Amino acid sequence: MSPQLILRAGAFAAALLTAAPAFADRLFVSNEKDNTITVVDEATLKIIATIPVGARPRGIVLSKDGKSLFICASDSDEVEELDLATLKVVRTLESGPDPENFDISLDGKTLFVALENDSTVGFLDVASGKTVKAVPVGVEPEGMAVSPDGKTVVDTSETTSMAHFIDIASGDVTANVLVDSRPRRATWTPDGKFVWVTSEVGGNVAVIDAVSHEVVHKIAFEIPGVTKDQIEPVSMLITPEGNTAFVALGPANRVAVVNAKTYAVEKYLLVGQRVWNLAFSRDGSKVYTTNGISNDLSVIDVAARKVTKSIPVGGLPWGVVVAP
Amino acid sequence: MAVRQWPGWKLACGLAMMGLAMMGLAVLGHAPARADDQVAVPLVWVSLTVKSKVASTVLMPPPTEEGLQGARVALSENATTGKFTGQNWSLEEHAEASNEAVLDAFRAALAAGRKLFVVDVPAPLLLQMADLPEAKDALLLDATSSDDSLRGADCRRNTMHLLPSRAMLADTLMQFLTIKGWRNILLVPGPHPEDQLMADAYRRSMKKFRLKIAADKPWTFVAGARRSDTGHYAIDAEVSRFTQGLSYDVLVVADEAGDFADSIPFHTTDPRPVAGSSGLMPQAWSPVFEQWGATQLQLRFKKTTGRIMTSKDFGGWMAVRSFGEAAVRTHSADPATMIGFIHSPQFELGAFRGARLTFRPWDGQLRQPILLADTRQLVSVSPQPGFLHQVSELDTLGIDQPETACHLN
Repeated sequence: MSPQLILRAGAFAAALLTAAPAFADRLFVSNEKDNTITVVDEATLKIIATIPVGARPRGIVLSKDGKSLFICASDSDEVEELDLATLKVVRTLESGPDPENFDISLDGKTLFVALENDSTVGFLDVASGKTVKAVPVGVEPEGMAVSPDGKTVVDTSETTSMAHFIDIASGDVTANVLVDSRPRRATWTPDGKFVWVTSEVGGNVAVIDAVSHEVVHKIAFEIPGVTKDQIEPVSMLITPEGNTAFVALGPANRVAVVNAKTYAVEKYLLVGQRVWNLAFSRDGSKVYTTNGISNDLSVIDVAARKVTKSIPVGGLPWGVVVAP
Repeated sequence: MAVRQWPGWKLACGLAMMGLAMMGLAVLGHAPARADDQVAVPLVWVSLTVKSKVASTVLMPPPTEEGLQGARVALSENATTGKFTGQNWSLEEHAEASNEAVLDAFRAALAAGRKLFVVDVPAPLLLQMADLPEAKDALLLDATSSDDSLRGADCRRNTMHLLPSRAMLADTLMQFLTIKGWRNILLVPGPHPEDQLMADAYRRSMKKFRLKIAADKPWTFVAGARRSDTGHYAIDAEVSRFTQGLSYDVLVVADEAGDFADSIPFHTTDPRPVAGSSGLMPQAWSPVFEQWGATQLQLRFKKTTGRIMTSKDFGGWMAVRSFGEAAVRTHSADPATMIGFIHSPQFELGAFRGARLTFRPWDGQLRQPILLADTRQLVSVSPQPGFLHQVSELDTLGIDQPETACHLN
């Protein structure tokens, strides 16, 4: 090894040990109306890049190696792969029409794509960029969540008002669970025992037992001065230890903090308008929210349960992902 | 008669059934959803076909099978859900050219045991149908009318209404004008009986919100030549004369057939906005509407039918989806059970308004937020903020319970 390389390796190791800021994570936000991805430096909360992508970018998900971001370009009818080193779209994957949202398999080889116009869940093979399987589900599939054991993916179909449990190995639908009107998203508890499903029109979260497929609890929300019709739960996050959940309430402009064991709503945090998607920072100390109408991103301090900052991003921000 | 099943039924059904059969576990309704024991849910569409009087333009060709196309799209949605609930949906279509043929088709369907109907007929014919003794236990979902009398003195227990009434449409606009402070209104009713009914609804609404009628001036000019060469000069002269010497904030035109309303904007003597049947229009659905997931239905409808979706299509869609919701929530295809559920306070319809839509028990009208849009953009949605109600703010639109002339017994 040349001296120069040794020097570089040494500097790299030193940087890893000492300085978090030099390797700060970045936030990637999809802007549905602008056809862009905004890249924000997590440490400074400054915008470092705005990347043009396909039409109507909505769902975004990080590859398992952390090197790429997959983007549902809904109106381009394809999934795009953004290289996180060069910040360039390097590839398109043939998802089928109108991909809205997706999740990725634990091995990183398959994307499970909600194809809203086809009422199917596509199994999109990352390596070949081709859809290898299409599972018929209810009308307007949207929410997509892979179980912690990687064996099951849950889809929520909005007009059918069902959560469909799909066995990943066989592609069979193993259960169809009726929930309240217009289910938006599904999230697994970290122990894999329950699936939480938000209903936009129902205005609540159904907690589904992942084994019996029964709805065991419904979490309702009440906010003084906000009409019931404005409370439209969308995206959820549950802390890794499974104690606390954050639920974005859409046009209520609030994120609910829920005790994930007792299901009690403990606090409502006022964020931007039409709060849609959420993401944890990698150390779990922050929650980032995309706010579609105010075109910004709010930062929630998890320990303090306070909104500490909001920063403008692009037009109609939809998804947010934290990546190296 | 045509019986329509969702075209993709067989393929998707086969796929879903394979999945369901293999899992050996049916969560919903505990009904093993195999192809051989699917429960049939037959709906019946009955309409009186009326020739479109609206002239075709490049921008807006007259919609074909208006209303029915919405019902078909909803049927395919019910069918997709039915794959998972073991329900096999169908829609018998009777689009007839005369009142007699409509009544015959309706009687025949009743005689065949059908109970669940979606209807698109004028008010007098709807009453004839609803009053048939054999229709007593049926449910007629009125997909297209806006007639206030059907929700008032002529209401029927076996008839419910999906689209907003004229009174609701009028209140939608007048609430907005109240909020804007545009209080002086020039009301321009057209010559047709429907225009008179709409004008009456506007007058009632203006009184309700204490707006002022600056002038109430019927339109009598026969505007045949607007689209002929140089026809716009004649229109400009006529509308200028018509609006001369009048002082008002906004011109509200009642022209349901669309004969002349589009000729008014930009031709008035004073520069004033136009609302009602042109300009700012209160409506249940509009091609410009994208909120609350509406884009999905717009795209689905366009893909299936090749044209844009109208309010009447939305009425047909909501009617068939109402039956769909009843079947899913009750886990039943039994008409009496489904009808009972639709009448109950538990019934809720998700229909791209954010809010849960419910039926008013006193007159069978679906409560709903209503759009205000021009041809290019959504301007507002009523009820407007600040119009309060002890039961539901949606009841600030239209005839409320204390004032209803409907006495269901």
